[in-house]
Amino acid sequence: MWAFLVTEVMFFGGLFLAYTFLRWKHHDAVVAASGHLDWILGGVNTGVLLISSLTMAMAVHAAQEGKRKATVNFLILTMILGAVFLGVKAFEYSHKWHDGLFPGFNFHWTENPAYAGGAEMFLFLYFVMTGLHGLHMVVGIGLVAWIIKRANRGDFTPEYNIPVEITGLYWHFVDIVWIFLYPLLYLIQPPHH
Amino acid sequence: MSGHIVPKKTYYTIFLLLMVLLAVTVLIAYLDLDHATGIGGLNIIVALSIAFTKMMLVVLYFMHMKWSSKLTWVFGGASILWLAIMLVITLADYFSRGWVMFTNR
Repeated sequence: MWAFLVTEVMFFGGLFLAYTFLRWKHHDAVVAASGHLDWILGGVNTGVLLISSLTMAMAVHAAQEGKRKATVNFLILTMILGAVFLGVKAFEYSHKWHDGLFPGFNFHWTENPAYAGGAEMFLFLYFVMTGLHGLHMVVGIGLVAWIIKRANRGDFTPEYNIPVEITGLYWHFVDIVWIFLYPLLYLIQPPHH
Repeated sequence: MSGHIVPKKTYYTIFLLLMVLLAVTVLIAYLDLDHATGIGGLNIIVALSIAFTKMMLVVLYFMHMKWSSKLTWVFGGASILWLAIMLVITLADYFSRGWVMFTNR
């Protein structure tokens, strides 16, 4: 699992590389475009993911102690929090579309025209990075659902609970990606508005 | 990998630390450290340092790296090393373009 996570780091790493280059090359445009992201919603979602990481850690803990009911309950909580995260994300996406900030199909930059290109690139990266992260969340929720089914069936004991632990590792990894995405995408300029 | 059971209290403590660091992340964004101190890029350095600390807390405690085998540490370290190689070498190219002008062709 750790080997897989290393490949995942490189997968997302390429996008962080593109981000760094864009922020260096089109700094002012990136600052202007980042101001359109809702730092409150992004912050709430960061909190939601951190809580979900706690519930996931507690689920692994319960599985290690052979507590079936607690394992299932913590996993269900984790899944609900994951769904809340995706719900907030969907709300943000629809707002971006509504505001004409969706690159390529519906992009109408009304501020300094000199920033239009860089701003569109930034929002493109925003959608790709958060979209890929969101896709990982969907996969994570699917994995947790599968683990709930197995835990409910009584598959896990204090001796055998590797699938719960592995799913936990994946879930925490996806959380870590967001820990970096939040300040890099949402908090580039002081959140004054 | 498994075997060691981490006390619940440790998880709660780490979670609280993570939430505090999240609050600090937002607070830091309010302060223009670059202008206040004259150190360019201080804001992003602080923001990334906090994110790195949060990552280490999650990796060490939630992902049990602290109690894992040496091999797990090697894999974790490798991900950071490989990522660093990709970032440093690629950006060294981009950032240094235009530093040297070849005028004879």
